[in-house]
Amino acid sequence: MNTVSGDRHLIELLGITRVYGRGAYAVHALRGIDLHIDKGEFMAVMGPSGSGKSTCMNILGCLDTPSSGTYRFTGIEVEALSRDQRALLRRNYLGFVFQGFNLLNRTSALENVELPLIYRGASARERHRRAREALEAVGLAGWESHTPSELSGGQQQRVAIARAMVINPEVLMADEPTGNLDSTISREIMELLCALNKGRGITIVMVTHDPSMAGYAQRTIRFLDGLIDTEERNGGKRP
Amino acid sequence: MIGQTILLALRAIRRNVLRSSLTILGIVIGVAAVITMVTLGDGATAQVTADISRLGSNMLQVRPGQGFRGPGGTRSTADMFKVDDAEAIGREIFGMEAVAPTVSRSQQAIYGNKNWSTSVMGATNSYLKVRDWDLEIGRLFTDGELRSGGTVCIIGSTVRKELFGNQDPLGDFIRLQRLSCQVIGVLEPKGQTGFGQDQDDLVMIPLRTLQRRIAGSTDVDAIYVSARDGISTTAVKEDIERLMRERRRIAPGKDDDFHVRDMQEIVSTLTSTTRVLTGLLGAVAAVSLLVGGIGIMNIMLVSVTERTREIGTRLAIGALEREVLMQFLTEAVVLSSFGGLFGIILGLLAAAGGAHLLGMPFVLNPEIAVIAVVFSAAVGVIFGYFPARKAARLDPIEALRHE
Repeated sequence: MNTVSGDRHLIELLGITRVYGRGAYAVHALRGIDLHIDKGEFMAVMGPSGSGKSTCMNILGCLDTPSSGTYRFTGIEVEALSRDQRALLRRNYLGFVFQGFNLLNRTSALENVELPLIYRGASARERHRRAREALEAVGLAGWESHTPSELSGGQQQRVAIARAMVINPEVLMADEPTGNLDSTISREIMELLCALNKGRGITIVMVTHDPSMAGYAQRTIRFLDGLIDTEERNGGKRP
Repeated sequence: MIGQTILLALRAIRRNVLRSSLTILGIVIGVAAVITMVTLGDGATAQVTADISRLGSNMLQVRPGQGFRGPGGTRSTADMFKVDDAEAIGREIFGMEAVAPTVSRSQQAIYGNKNWSTSVMGATNSYLKVRDWDLEIGRLFTDGELRSGGTVCIIGSTVRKELFGNQDPLGDFIRLQRLSCQVIGVLEPKGQTGFGQDQDDLVMIPLRTLQRRIAGSTDVDAIYVSARDGISTTAVKEDIERLMRERRRIAPGKDDDFHVRDMQEIVSTLTSTTRVLTGLLGAVAAVSLLVGGIGIMNIMLVSVTERTREIGTRLAIGALEREVLMQFLTEAVVLSSFGGLFGIILGLLAAAGGAHLLGMPFVLNPEIAVIAVVFSAAVGVIFGYFPARKAARLDPIEALRHE
């Protein structure tokens, strides 16, 4: 049991369960998770399908709420928040990177990166400046006006990363960010994530099936049957 | 908040220009139909009003029978007027310009081997004064002709064309039944009435001639009266009604067995007819606007389904439920308003073309344009709300997983 006081950790999960359905049809996706993540950490989440890692990611990303247990994000108890309050939390503190990139089609890279800033009500000038900076930081300076269909998979994922980091999030949630990419491009993306983690101190939580990708993280947790099975520290593969 | 919503909506619309333009096509056609119908209807009303005021707005008609019931009516049960009645009106009512007793009959007019069915009117020169009608060629009836029932006639331009063609009719004789009369004048063409009646299809003979030689009675069908300028036709109408009740000995409390109508009444009858027609056409057009609205809803629903992952992404990066709702609602309203705007332009062009083709005045009604825009925006709100709510209520996790 965790004895460190809550506000020392960026993220703190205490006895989290998540049950889908009810009665005889109930599916226990999470059976009591205790986990804490510190600011600046890079953590990989692994585990077979149906082990509960996606459910856990959804809860960590404030997209879903636990059936029981406590989730503190920067000290805030997320399970007590409304849908809109969780949306505001995501808007201001969380960035998301998906396996399928999820960029808006027929929309330029710059406008894609601007999207979270529009929801934050930034002025047009500030939006342009910050989106350009973010694209430059992911190595896509000069590609601002290209639409996703004109970009390679790796470039699209870079745009997605730029969109996630343009708000300077506390945590970047990456759900199999290299799942659709070949190994060379995957390594480039991982190196970009590591650079953001180190250079900007953004905490990263990444789901992956690939142990070599997990190797970039400082810590790997493995899910099995709704529980955290193993937890290991490594720094070996980091460049 | 509003600026950002409009920005999001405009960017989304711009992403699919083709589909957006097809979406608004229904609204464009609906609004254009409404605008065209109503504008043409207004033009028709304006034309009818103008036509009738050309009849002479200070003219009144006094007829036996109750009310204006079109041809026929109930005149058979009521006593006919006599020339005395007309003379009494001219003598006793203040402000009379001219009083014209008339009798009309349908007759064949024959000239040479030509035969034309027309309306023969027995009248005096006063009738032309009441109607403010001049001769094109020839002369009016002389007092002698009027007194003795002379066999002379003044013909309308339609009768002249049908019987004489390009020939000079003056001095020639036409036959009405057994009556042969000499053409002494041709009236100026006056065109159609608001009812679509050809006013120039007419042969005018002295009143007494018609009474003696054709009708065989001293009855008068109608008395046409014109008031002097500046005299209220309403007051004249009341005066005539009072006089006629007296002369016809109608007991107080009993209905009139005659009717005085002024042009205002005829104008309002006709314009109300065209207004009903305009309303009907407008209603039919409004149905197509409704169909356009359903088209918008259909496309928006497809769009929400197709953009499920996009909506999931928006929700994940922190869009509030109401922001997604507002975005999709704004998309629908912007689309339908654009449709309304294009529809107005198209409708006005069509109405201008139609008015030109039909020879009607083009009456621009800014009110209907405003109503059309507001209505089409309202269509956007109503038919966009359901798809927008569907989008806003999506579960972000489900939406992100959507293929």
